[in-house]
Amino acid sequence: MSEALLEVRNVTMKFGGVTAIDDLSFKVPGGSTYGLIGPNGAGKTTIFNIITGNYFPTEGSILFDGEDITGTKPDKVVAKGIARTFQNIRLFKSMSVLQNVLIGFHDQIPYTYFEAILRLPRYHAHEKRVRVEAMGILEEFGIARYAEEDATSLSYGNQRKVEIARALATKPKLLLLDEPAAGMNPKETEELSEIIHKIKKDYDLTILLIEHDMKFVNAMCDQVTVLDYGEKIFEGKPADAIVDPKVVAAYLGDFTHA
Amino acid sequence: MDFATFLQQLVNGASLGSMYALIAIGYTMVYGVLRLINFAHGDIMMVGAFLTYMATAAGLPFSLAVLIGILGSVIVGVLTDKIAYKPLRNAPKISLLITAIGISFFLENLFNVIFGGVPKAFSAPDYLTKVLHLGEIYLPVTVIIIPVVTVLILGGVLWVLYRTKYGMAIRALAFDIPTVKLMGVDADRIISIVFALGSALAAVGGVFYAVSYPSIDPLMGVIVGLKAFAAAVLGGIGSVTGAVIGGFILGFTEIFVVALFPELGGYKDAFAFFFLILVLLFRPTGIMGEDLERSRF
Amino acid sequence: MKNAIIKLLLILLTLGVIAWANQTLDSYTLSILNNIGIFAILALSYNLINGVTGQFSLEPNGFVAIGAYMTALFLIPAADKIDMFALVDPAPVVLQMKANFLPAVLAGGIAATLVALLLSFPVFRVRGDYLAIVTLGFGFIIRIFALNEPAYTNGAMGLNDIPGIANFMWIGSFALVTLIVMLHIVYSKFGRAMKAVRDDEDAATAMGINTFRIKTTAFMTSAFFEGIGGGLLASFLTTITPDQFSFLLTFQLLIIIVLGGLGSMTGSLVATILVMGSMEWLRFLDDDMVIFGMHTGAHPGMRMVVFAILLIVMMLFARRGLFGDRELPEIFRKKFGKRMRHE
Repeated sequence: MSEALLEVRNVTMKFGGVTAIDDLSFKVPGGSTYGLIGPNGAGKTTIFNIITGNYFPTEGSILFDGEDITGTKPDKVVAKGIARTFQNIRLFKSMSVLQNVLIGFHDQIPYTYFEAILRLPRYHAHEKRVRVEAMGILEEFGIARYAEEDATSLSYGNQRKVEIARALATKPKLLLLDEPAAGMNPKETEELSEIIHKIKKDYDLTILLIEHDMKFVNAMCDQVTVLDYGEKIFEGKPADAIVDPKVVAAYLGDFTHA
Repeated sequence: MDFATFLQQLVNGASLGSMYALIAIGYTMVYGVLRLINFAHGDIMMVGAFLTYMATAAGLPFSLAVLIGILGSVIVGVLTDKIAYKPLRNAPKISLLITAIGISFFLENLFNVIFGGVPKAFSAPDYLTKVLHLGEIYLPVTVIIIPVVTVLILGGVLWVLYRTKYGMAIRALAFDIPTVKLMGVDADRIISIVFALGSALAAVGGVFYAVSYPSIDPLMGVIVGLKAFAAAVLGGIGSVTGAVIGGFILGFTEIFVVALFPELGGYKDAFAFFFLILVLLFRPTGIMGEDLERSRF
Repeated sequence: MKNAIIKLLLILLTLGVIAWANQTLDSYTLSILNNIGIFAILALSYNLINGVTGQFSLEPNGFVAIGAYMTALFLIPAADKIDMFALVDPAPVVLQMKANFLPAVLAGGIAATLVALLLSFPVFRVRGDYLAIVTLGFGFIIRIFALNEPAYTNGAMGLNDIPGIANFMWIGSFALVTLIVMLHIVYSKFGRAMKAVRDDEDAATAMGINTFRIKTTAFMTSAFFEGIGGGLLASFLTTITPDQFSFLLTFQLLIIIVLGGLGSMTGSLVATILVMGSMEWLRFLDDDMVIFGMHTGAHPGMRMVVFAILLIVMMLFARRGLFGDRELPEIFRKKFGKRMRHE
């Protein structure tokens, strides 16, 4: 349990002359729910993009499951077992809910291009299998009845669920959630935390999430790292974070700016 | 190659490069603000040349005719944006590209219907068709006038971009349209200015082309446009200075490769394409360009 | 199982109709059908890269030219080549090229596929719309090549006396195969991945999709069938010149896939028939017309002005075309399926 599944080691990220992340290190223990919090522009999403291989860090490295994955291409990172959601939901808009989830199975379908074109037995077998699996995930999220609807026609809360379901379909060990509760009402937020707890157990997941909503973080996370202007200003239990003077100052600063 | 020939080719290259540079600026600026390959841009150059041709044919003095050509191109360029591109700002990128191709094809065929596909002889005034004899070198005045005028124009463009508030708005727009809008800048007006400026330069390029060759046809903008775009990519798409450098490199290459290896003459029009491929393979950002790989999160 | 049997019956029925048409119809009707068949092959494959994968490309004329020349050179007997090549003697390899019809056509497809693979590397490794400009340029390069390498292409004079083996049986069957292959791709993990790339490339990557590979796959598949279409075209026309493979060809195909709906294969099929029909019907626009007693004079190109306006208007006001990005059966299912569920 205490073994780190993900380790961010001395990561610095500069864009031009601007330092977005400054010598950041933290460890996400396997099986935990870890929070990355901080005011706007603190560099949280940048860290996600570094972990998923969208950015190459200026300095430092990312270790996943004991392996250095710094600079691995985003699609290869998924194959290693890291899946993500986006801050602004990004579903495939021309596709149904079911098809969105099926995309997540892409790498787990072994038939070749020619087998698909010739409709050989492996095509039928695997298409059938992943459909059953995808429906299973949708049922877990309670949205199986929308399977054939256009994904973007769903309510905001349900679109969030589709996005997480889609990420789960890639069979990740680590799930990165970028502000999962953003834009949700309290009831939806509560429902979401229940689902996250449930899938975490059912799929044996480790979760790293970015969030603003401190109540949500408190309810979800075992441990948090607080960022401000790309620097770590706190690491520890969420309950302690709220009373930490540095964290309070950073957030107050954020409020006064806003 | 003796020194005289070398000098001769050097001015020829500068003259050709000037034309590419003038047209490449329009591509690079529109790409900079809209991330759109404006396929119709090469045809705007053709429009400029044809309007100038019509005006001289109607008996107007050459300078006035050129002015009409420039103004006409500016109107066509800005209208193209207003009618065909602006309504699609929030549409999928492919819609915009298809529309751009549609405009390009429309202009080519419209002028083909009006003027016919046969090339028209372009008559420039005498002071532009003179040939100077300097020892062994024969220099048509145009090959000197064109680079000089181009350099003056470029100075003007750079001054607008870096020393005026419009220029600043254009450069800001190239970074981020929504934010610039939030800051109270009328983005659509700035985009119109970009189209106007690019079209005016293309028209000047078109007139230079017409005077140098001296014939024009409705499809003249296609190959030149393609080459100018390649020049813009070579210099680094989005960068005005890069477009100019790219244009001159392409101009010099075409002239000198053909001078040194005459057997490659038939492939002259293909050099730009190979440049484009090589740049994309080895240095997609071009010589001066921004980072194309920059992710959009 | 039931679906498979229905599908098989439909295929056999279509083949039967093609065979019947090939036997009984007059040559004028057949030449129109052949044209439609070839354009259907081209439009379907063009739609895969442009519509389904969302990568704007302007390649068809280039790949059709490759296929046409390749197939023609394989079909024309060596003795005829020596007679035909007026500017320079044919290259030795040209004289050695000899094949039956089917391998000759497939060779055209394979040649185009390989060129597509080569173009993929510069184009798909970077983000942006370079595919469009590179493929547009490529169409011109092919023409420059054809004009400058007469030992392979006979230059501007082109190739003639190509054996006219491509009848409606061949062309219709190839069109049917193309449609089936395209639909099988669309309804597979590959088709889903292509659509994902079109909808949101970053999100597709985040699902583990290698977008470079998917785009290249779509591009090569398009090229293959465009090469085949070119081969059929060469044998159907029996004469080819570099000027036939101008951008006009690509533009017509663009109109077709936009009208049918970008991403809809069945839409492309329907639109091919509509556009090819109206091209014939609108021929009068190019001719001398009398309006209010005034002669307009012949205006070659007027049709293209009209089609260009049509394309722009479609993009502005009816971007989804006839079927959007859905296939005909899906549209039926959506229309009637819901009602059935309610009953």
